[in-house]
Amino acid sequence: MEFAAFFDQAWAARVAISKGLGTTVAVSAVAICLGTILGVGVGLALTYGVRPLRWLARGYTDFIRGTPVLVLVFASYYVLGTVGLDLPPFEAGVLALTVFCSSHVGEIVRGALQAIPTGQTEAAKAIGLTFAQTFAYVLAPQALRQILPAWVNTAAEMVKASTLLSIIGVGELLLRIQELISRTFLSLDFYFFAGVLYFAVNYAIERFGRYVERRSALPT
Amino acid sequence: MGYTLNFAAVWRSFDLLLEGLALSLGLAFAGILIGCVIGLIVAFSLTAKAPLWRRPARLYVTIIRNTPILVLILFAYFALPELGLALSKTNSFVLTLAIYSGAYLAEVFRAGLAAVPIGLREAGLAIGLREGQIRNSVILPLMLRNVLPSLGSTFISLFKDTSLAAAIAIPELTFEARKINVETFRVVETWIVTCLLYVATCAALAALIRYAERRLAIPR
Amino acid sequence: MSDYLLEICNLHKSFGAVEVLKGVDCLMRAGEVISVIGSSGSGKTTMLRCINMLEDFQDGSIRIDGEDIGYEVLGDARRRKKESEIARQRALTGMAFQQFNLFPHMSAIDNVMLGLVKAKRLTREAARAVAERWLDRVGLRDRAGHYPGQLSGGQQQRVAIARAIAMNPKLMLFDEVTSALDPELVSEVLQVIKGLAADGMSMLIVTHEMRFAYEVSTRVIFMNQGRIGEEGDPREMFNRPRTERLAEFLKSSPFTK
Repeated sequence: MEFAAFFDQAWAARVAISKGLGTTVAVSAVAICLGTILGVGVGLALTYGVRPLRWLARGYTDFIRGTPVLVLVFASYYVLGTVGLDLPPFEAGVLALTVFCSSHVGEIVRGALQAIPTGQTEAAKAIGLTFAQTFAYVLAPQALRQILPAWVNTAAEMVKASTLLSIIGVGELLLRIQELISRTFLSLDFYFFAGVLYFAVNYAIERFGRYVERRSALPT
Repeated sequence: MGYTLNFAAVWRSFDLLLEGLALSLGLAFAGILIGCVIGLIVAFSLTAKAPLWRRPARLYVTIIRNTPILVLILFAYFALPELGLALSKTNSFVLTLAIYSGAYLAEVFRAGLAAVPIGLREAGLAIGLREGQIRNSVILPLMLRNVLPSLGSTFISLFKDTSLAAAIAIPELTFEARKINVETFRVVETWIVTCLLYVATCAALAALIRYAERRLAIPR
Repeated sequence: MSDYLLEICNLHKSFGAVEVLKGVDCLMRAGEVISVIGSSGSGKTTMLRCINMLEDFQDGSIRIDGEDIGYEVLGDARRRKKESEIARQRALTGMAFQQFNLFPHMSAIDNVMLGLVKAKRLTREAARAVAERWLDRVGLRDRAGHYPGQLSGGQQQRVAIARAIAMNPKLMLFDEVTSALDPELVSEVLQVIKGLAADGMSMLIVTHEMRFAYEVSTRVIFMNQGRIGEEGDPREMFNRPRTERLAEFLKSSPFTK
């Protein structure tokens, strides 16, 4: 390992690396946002939907969760062109990650809502709240407490999954690192460097998650 | 739309897909076998009294859980040779799977260990058994029953992660699928079939695990 | 070897900064049945757990049949014995726990056989014969193949007692063995213990069951704040307590005969 050569090359490529990091953040952020919105919908459908809707949501969730993320990425990349939706790699990748995220969030939301004892809904009915009010004031706050840590975990998974987009040519961090390696031949240094960067991002998310968990805990 | 479904091309190469699937299962199995050994050792280390065991174990778990598996795969195959450890594609991939799953399994085993009542160890001591005998005859059998569900879902996860072997051109299911996709241009059919193969295998594995749980259950 | 089966001399035990046993002395001959009573935190369970080294102790000595338990005293220094030695010494005593602690994944007879096969190294056939005899003795011969989850609390505790006694200990230790049982299941366990006492088993029983202590013991020890407050004949102690603490303690229990 030659530290001097590594630092020189890394510094020389700092723009590319920063752009890559930016793309990683962008991909992850968009996928997390859209995936969460979609996922909440799926979760609500799983919990409260009429039977055909529940089956649809269940089929969707089981199918997506039984498929590896990379297969989703490839499918999104290759298939959409044939149905007229010619998406460049970035959009195709984000779509795949969004769908992946939504299946996880859907399960998390369903689990959290179903974990609330039915007595809560009964008590709310007894004091005359409508379903919308019950959901807003009684169910959602309690569900959120369980959802938040799992959701933060999913967000970290999305950041890790963003690396798969390098395989279809999206210019996120891992691809940029690989380009650097093919120029400099410093595999060990730069793959290690990539590991450190991703670790830093994910570790920060993990700490944030624990902070959120502490802050949202009920006083005992 | 102008795209007519034609599964014949995919059907012709179906045996290649099945071979890829078999390889995927094989890789996952080898990975989790070694991963279990690592996970057990790390689990016992995490609960050890001496910081000499606890700290490295904690560090290992934290690092692996926060690093994208693709980075680990590429590091193992491309960077390790620079350190003198040049492994074949398959060996480096299995090693990566083992180290990756070991970190998650450590938590699974640690939780399973904690769920074994502490009084059982004392009862074993009281009848004159040594710590090793207690561990083998009492603690481990009970821990196994505790961890079976989580162990099963970790294995299913690992099976899906074998799709990343495609990134270093190991001929497992996803790699074969991509090859067929590129050669025949039958994008929709290829990926539908591949997805179905993954989903079906995951469902079969889940059913297998549920069966194992029932067989090992203690009569009550 | 010695006149006494159990000799406890000046036993001191602390949990961190808190001293729980402050110099306990006890002499016990073979065949005696001693009940240990006292309020929670008085140290009775801790003393029991020191005898089979489930807890280590900081000062003092415990001897069973003249053999030093747990520590070797060389002049001024004391050294903890090897784990294999301590394991062998634990087999000199048998212990029954408040929470039974049966191995849930093994049938009743397998529970009893485990120590015989692994620690005493009997063959499976020999172990099975011993185990069946003791399960019969506690009245559960027909439940030998049942798992703990299929047994009531009282049955589980009887299996636990059989498991301990099958190891042929010189001294049986009972740690509040009926405290976790539903009231209607308590008597079947007490009956078993009474039977063992009648057969001459040496026993140290930590219990809250005052009537039982009165009926079955040859001697009663009252522990108070880490020391022995009073000891003596059950009839003497219950009817004519000499110390105020014992009098107060007896007043608060429903059995005041």
